[in-house]
Amino acid sequence: MGDMMTTAGIDIGAKLVKVLILRDREVLARAQEPVGFEPLVAAERAFSQALKQSGLSEKDVEVVYATGAGRKVAPYASKSVTEVTAAAKGVVYYHPSVRTIIEVGAEEGRAVKCDEKGKVQDFAINEKCAAGAGSFTEAMARALELDLEAFGKISLESTKAIPMNAQCAVFAESEVVSLVHAKTPKPDIARAVHDAVASRIVSMVRRVGINKDIALVGGVSYNPGFVDSLTRGLETEVIIPDNAEYIGALGAAVAAGASLQKST
Amino acid sequence: MSEYRAEPLKCWNKAKELRLKYYRDYQEAHKKGGIRWTGGAWALDAIPAGLGRDVYNITGEPYAASIAFDKPFSQECMEAAEAKGWARDLCSYMRNYWGSMYLNKYEFGGEYPNPDFCYQDHICCSHAKWYQHVAEYKKIPYFCIDVSVGPYNELDENRLMFVVNQMHEAIEWLEKVTGRKYQDELLIEAVENELRSTSTWAEICYYNMAKPAPLDEKTMYSLYVHGTLAKHSKEVADFYEELRDEVKYRVENHIAALPEERCRLMSDTQPPWGFLKVFRYLEQYGAISIGSLYTFGLIGIWETKADGTWGPRTTPIQKGEKITSRDQALRILADWNLSKPEWQHFYSPDLKTEMMLQIVKQWQLDGVMLHLNRGCEGLSCGIMENRLGIAEAGVPVMTFEGNMGDEREFDEKRVMARIDSFMETLDLQLLEAEKS
Repeated sequence: MGDMMTTAGIDIGAKLVKVLILRDREVLARAQEPVGFEPLVAAERAFSQALKQSGLSEKDVEVVYATGAGRKVAPYASKSVTEVTAAAKGVVYYHPSVRTIIEVGAEEGRAVKCDEKGKVQDFAINEKCAAGAGSFTEAMARALELDLEAFGKISLESTKAIPMNAQCAVFAESEVVSLVHAKTPKPDIARAVHDAVASRIVSMVRRVGINKDIALVGGVSYNPGFVDSLTRGLETEVIIPDNAEYIGALGAAVAAGASLQKST
Repeated sequence: MSEYRAEPLKCWNKAKELRLKYYRDYQEAHKKGGIRWTGGAWALDAIPAGLGRDVYNITGEPYAASIAFDKPFSQECMEAAEAKGWARDLCSYMRNYWGSMYLNKYEFGGEYPNPDFCYQDHICCSHAKWYQHVAEYKKIPYFCIDVSVGPYNELDENRLMFVVNQMHEAIEWLEKVTGRKYQDELLIEAVENELRSTSTWAEICYYNMAKPAPLDEKTMYSLYVHGTLAKHSKEVADFYEELRDEVKYRVENHIAALPEERCRLMSDTQPPWGFLKVFRYLEQYGAISIGSLYTFGLIGIWETKADGTWGPRTTPIQKGEKITSRDQALRILADWNLSKPEWQHFYSPDLKTEMMLQIVKQWQLDGVMLHLNRGCEGLSCGIMENRLGIAEAGVPVMTFEGNMGDEREFDEKRVMARIDSFMETLDLQLLEAEKS
């Protein structure tokens, strides 16, 4: 992938901006900031932090690409790639055997089919349904009065599978309240929620085809309860890259590098 | 990146005027002692034409699509329908139409012009109930023809007669309800016009095989609509022949709809009428939608030629047949309409996938964009099976959710993001980005 080529990727997501600086296959820095109401300010802060971490200045970074919901307005970026392309490029960069990528963020769930070069061949995205995204698990954790980390772990203590009947995230919250009133153990409720999200994701993945190896990225990949449910739903293990929430930023940086190579 | 010569259509203004005239004629019909009827665009409209030369119809779907394009009025109509207790997941054309009726507002100005009767065919559950409700609400007579006789490749004499017999009954009913004597020569004229207009529209779509394509789908929507308004009329048949000649000229002179054409796509189902800018967005990538099974086969009548390719269906008149009786006219009309491509998929998604792949191959397309249209149960029926079939054939395909008539269900930003991702899979960048 080229010598001493320094690129950066900015991923402006729904909740977090992530910035990654890449030089010749080595990640020099990672930084993130909450988006809040000012995504551009958050992006600038995250980019500054990443530069400071890497000891570089802005002019040392040859090309910056953006991705994420705010990619078209990202500061510093000369071009953008969509989250679909960024996910594929980012995962395959360090895991070239991966052919299916599952990305579950706060707002969206995505399934991407790619080749050995990270070229996207097909993709599917959940449509207007929060029940297949991270925000849903956050809402359910709040309903059980647990923080997200505890919610994920407690799910692994479940001894019983309870199907969630609600198709919709809003109704599911009511269903969780009913389960609580029925004295259902919290681990079983937590597992039911994770199973429900996982089943929607698995259904979406089947649209593009389940081809090994499969990688899981996005913030929800840190939730062991969800990972357990997803693995059972897919009936196979998944690879969770290190620093999974930075895969989009990595993919953008990789795409930036590829564009540099093309132009030289 | 190729650059072709582009020119606006010479008959564009005529197309617009013809459409507005249609809606004005319907509105003013009673002033001239004429008849007004309402029904669907597939409602075998040649039949009521036999009542006289002063019979005007308003077809529900294009009228509702016009409302959908007018976002503020559409929202009013939707809310009026919901206030009456109708569910939001019902056919969005139907809700737009009903809303216009409840509010007593006509999209083209003034009050909703009350029809004298409803005349319809059962192409889907929504269509069956749509005009039943209009008839009950307006206290007017209603006649419906049941056309669900299976796909055209299984049509036999019994199935054909099931439809033809109802058509005969429809004529008796029309005479009773209007008090007019039915004129078979007007029916024959209307059938001949319909054969001409629908075959010619198919011919126009056929010319879009050319590279560069002479027409883009967004433009085609403003042209095919005449076939949904009054395909039985001489005006529409004549206009389509004029349009066909101009399109042929464009092909011969390499005049493009999109000067930067470098990627050819097709769409599916009705578009989100409130967001036709989606098609203009594609053009920013040098991508053109050349049509769809919907644009080609809702009005156009096709056949498979001896060499296995699709072409406009040869009309009985072109084969030398002369229509001399009511029964003969009705048989031809029934057979012709039952062969409509867009009708076939109601019976099996495989039939639709087959037709879509035929279009991909013959029109040399690079990809397909499927509109998962929440507003139409009929045309969305089996669409994910179509997606699977197209993907398995190795054709790049994307989906986007929306609603043909309810703009509240279209997420513009998300759809544009989907398109961006799809363009990346096709190795396309924005033309502007390439130049910089």
